[in-house]
Amino acid sequence: MAEIMTIIGIWIGVFLTFSIFSFLYRDNPFYRFAEQVFVGLSAAYGFIYIIYNVLVPNLFTPVLSDFNQNWLLIIPGVLGVLMLVRIYPPAEWISRYPLAVVIGTSAGISLLFYLKSDFMNQIAATMINPFETPNVSAISGGLLIIIGTICGVYFFYFSKRQEGVFAIPSRIGIWFLMVSFGASFGYTVMARISLLIGRIEFLLTDWLHIIK
Amino acid sequence: MSSVNTSVRWERMILYVILFLGVMLPLIFHIGWKTDVSPHVQMVHDLVENTPAGSTVLISFDYEPSTMPELKPMALSLVDHAWQRGHKVIAVALWPMGVQMANDVFQELTALPVTDIAADQSSGETKTSVASDSTKVALSGVENAPDSTIARHTDKKYGIDYVNLGFKPGGMVTIKAMGRSIHETFPADAFGTPVGSLPIMDDIVRLRDLGYVMSLSAGDPGLKQWIMVAHDNFKVLVSGGTTAVSAPGFLPYINNRDQLRGVMGGLKGAAEYEKLRGVFGPASIKMDSQSIAHVIILIFIAIGNIKAYRRRKAQRRKSEKA
Repeated sequence: MAEIMTIIGIWIGVFLTFSIFSFLYRDNPFYRFAEQVFVGLSAAYGFIYIIYNVLVPNLFTPVLSDFNQNWLLIIPGVLGVLMLVRIYPPAEWISRYPLAVVIGTSAGISLLFYLKSDFMNQIAATMINPFETPNVSAISGGLLIIIGTICGVYFFYFSKRQEGVFAIPSRIGIWFLMVSFGASFGYTVMARISLLIGRIEFLLTDWLHIIK
Repeated sequence: MSSVNTSVRWERMILYVILFLGVMLPLIFHIGWKTDVSPHVQMVHDLVENTPAGSTVLISFDYEPSTMPELKPMALSLVDHAWQRGHKVIAVALWPMGVQMANDVFQELTALPVTDIAADQSSGETKTSVASDSTKVALSGVENAPDSTIARHTDKKYGIDYVNLGFKPGGMVTIKAMGRSIHETFPADAFGTPVGSLPIMDDIVRLRDLGYVMSLSAGDPGLKQWIMVAHDNFKVLVSGGTTAVSAPGFLPYINNRDQLRGVMGGLKGAAEYEKLRGVFGPASIKMDSQSIAHVIILIFIAIGNIKAYRRRKAQRRKSEKA
């Protein structure tokens, strides 16, 4: 029985894979069907998963098993329920309160972490002595980091018209940005090809058994 | 106009077919092109290599099936390497599907079905599979692939050598809570067993007790959050692997502040790690397809540019004559 279910699963996977690939020719009902199935299944899976793996162990079980120790959990639980009143337009305004709590706490927590990691530490990491080591490659790397950072930041300085001498660092900054965009594009191509490899491997291994 | 559209459509079709064949054929007929190791992947390898045996480490499975082709080979290599170095592995997930991804990797490396792991836990026993320790199994059966093996650790016991603590929502907040107490953040493992009853968790209270943290990250929350909280707040060594798309964004964190101790970017990063370990695993096998596809894309970019240049030149001539 389990084997039959596996085979059916593989054939469904193959059908959906080809349905998605068919978009390369043009938009068609098979592609739309596969797309809708994906969206619907993802939403349903997420919904059920959240209930059984987030709400039940983190809210329902602690509150029901030991209310005295866990009564504080009622507050986020109620805020969560209030979020749902958005579906009833006359009471929609109530949902702004839990939303405000979520946005406020998220922004507050993120601000602190981002300030430390992406601002302070990144600036500190740029303050390097490029001539620390006699290695030519390390020296040129350090110099590139310093020049690239200064020129890249200068490119986004809009309070003064960038012309004449003031345009030079901006132009250098553009070159650094272009190189980074190119690297990102290369990595993106690699990622997409990896996904294609994954699908083709599935077809060749599980479906056609050409490779074991 | 319609003939131009038809021509463009056919050109695209030809490109798709060539790309499809370019990816498919090297999977069947292995070429064996070499992969150079980058310093960033070397750093990841060195971190695992230099962490003392007996250390407990954490691997965060922050991805889902859509990014498995890139991240699963990394996960297999990292867990395999950690076990080989005598580390105990704690798995967590900041993504819901990460729990299954971790189970999948443990199952593949221990040859023990997840159902058995769960059953062992509920009966309070630990179990090893029947195969011998020295069993080596090809993870991908390309017929002429050279020695494509990753060792199976059939001696590893759930709860002692590894554990899957499961998924917790919250991203940064969850990591911050783990910095204070892992036991309070994850009171039970993925199978519902109280964490306090698992021997692997005996000496582990908070993040600082870990040898290192690795995140296999497909986005947010993921490696970035581990850097921000685990390293920048709790000074835990953080490293990991990401999808190729997000890899360039992590390079600035590899700096003199040691925010990130190396990173594996995409399938190439996974293949480099396998090379460092002397293993011809699932990533190395796929790198031939990757390389061929890149060559095809480069050729077509060149053809497209030549074509565009010639068209522009012809238009300029036409306008000059007019």
